Amino acid sequence: MAIVTYILHDGRSKDIEVKTGESVKDGAVNNLVPGILAECGGALACATCHVYVDEQWFDKLEPAGEVEMDMLDFAEDVRKNSRLSCQIDITEEMNGLVIHVPEEQY
Amino acid sequence: MKVVIIGAGHAAGQLITSLKMDETITGSITLIGDEPWLPYQRPPLSKQYLSGEMDVDQLYLKPKEFYKASKVNIRLGHHAQSIDRTAKTVTLDNGDKVAYDKLALTTGTRVRRLSIPGADLEGIHYIRTIDDTDNLRKQFAPGKAMTVVGGGYIGLEAAAAATKAGMKVTVLEMADRVMNRVVAPEVSTFFEALHRSQGVDIRTDIQVTGFTGEQTISAISCKDSPDIKSDLCVVGVGVIPNTELAETAGLKCDNGIVVDDHAQTEDPDIVAAGDCTAHPNGIYGSQIRLESVQNAVDQAKAAALSILDKPETYCAVPWFWSNQYDVKLQIVGLSEGYDQTVVRGKPENSAFSVFYLKGGTLIAVDAINSAREYMMGRKLITDHAKPDPTRIVDTTIPIKELV
Repeated sequence: MAIVTYILHDGRSKDIEVKTGESVKDGAVNNLVPGILAECGGALACATCHVYVDEQWFDKLEPAGEVEMDMLDFAEDVRKNSRLSCQIDITEEMNGLVIHVPEEQY
Repeated sequence: MKVVIIGAGHAAGQLITSLKMDETITGSITLIGDEPWLPYQRPPLSKQYLSGEMDVDQLYLKPKEFYKASKVNIRLGHHAQSIDRTAKTVTLDNGDKVAYDKLALTTGTRVRRLSIPGADLEGIHYIRTIDDTDNLRKQFAPGKAMTVVGGGYIGLEAAAAATKAGMKVTVLEMADRVMNRVVAPEVSTFFEALHRSQGVDIRTDIQVTGFTGEQTISAISCKDSPDIKSDLCVVGVGVIPNTELAETAGLKCDNGIVVDDHAQTEDPDIVAAGDCTAHPNGIYGSQIRLESVQNAVDQAKAAALSILDKPETYCAVPWFWSNQYDVKLQIVGLSEGYDQTVVRGKPENSAFSVFYLKGGTLIAVDAINSAREYMMGRKLITDHAKPDPTRIVDTTIPIKELV
């Protein structure tokens, strides 16, 4: 498991224990983190779980796959550290991961 | 405030989440559902859950602890029998009465069952619930012959899962092509070829007349065609909205419980959301009923806001998806009434999209392994854009520069 810090667009933050194998999206959805909708449930079909990975962590994660990149390109306010949180699976090494939640998903 | 929710599907799960995320709400929430399960995702039932890639805990919209922490009164395994709108109570099948200030109907749909000879034999499966998929998956074994009646999303997804499990699959479709209700001929042709390349026997223009067998199905009879030997059968011929409870309570129903664009029924204390509703769609300017996760989620949010007396208009472009083998089909918009289709990309490359236009305005896109076209379509449909067909087909023009 890993503790993930979700920083909301208004500056508030939530530290959440996410089980290994669950995704950054799961941690948010299961704990009512506002701003991460994940309407399709993680099927890579909707792009409503867009997040920014903290710069210090971005390069340490497995890079995004092709479909994720294609979907992300059309998300709102996409930046170079943008990811779809349903595609980031938690490992023990991610303890302390910091995620910034965008203001809007679409 | 006492909120009572009847039906424990995707819309109900979202409704509870939305209510709980509002910091002003006080009072109680009661969830009534026929099934023994907490709200869960249905799309994987014919996809990853059927193929065994997902377990039941991953289907839940929220973990069990959430409902405990949120103090939701759970009344699962109970059927709501009637609503008394004057007394504002719901009567359950065990006679219990549950009082409400605000009532939400998220009753969903049920599968359309065949009523042809032999339809009661064992080995004939439908897919709607966790139990349905559990029962079907138990019958999966390499070499068995499975026949699918109905070449829609559910049937084709089940065919893909069964083929992956090493079974001999036949799909029978009454119309002249699969998925004919929702996609253009080009897309049907692509998926028919995809399934055939995986060894599935797809037969169109064929009418099933009955099932034969002792206690369990052994064959399927068809009009003007020899019997098809089958060890099991999956039927996917559509669903029927569960409107009886609302109708009996005197609420207006017309292929769904009629609501306005705030998910409000004609009774100010009753909202409805999800597959069971007939609702106006501002983008298409018509009353529609959708069978989709997108509608369940977005309409449930609107229903929650109506309950909280902070109404917001629900007006969204519908979207859908289907996974078959390694192909991802994403659909955005409603193509009904189109007068022109434009294909971008080549089906033989397994990545192409079909743009549906009506009077020049883009109304829908089917994207096969083409996430960019799908995402762009979503934006353009919302904007009522009129993309130039000659630019749509020209793949040297990046999709982002289409308009």
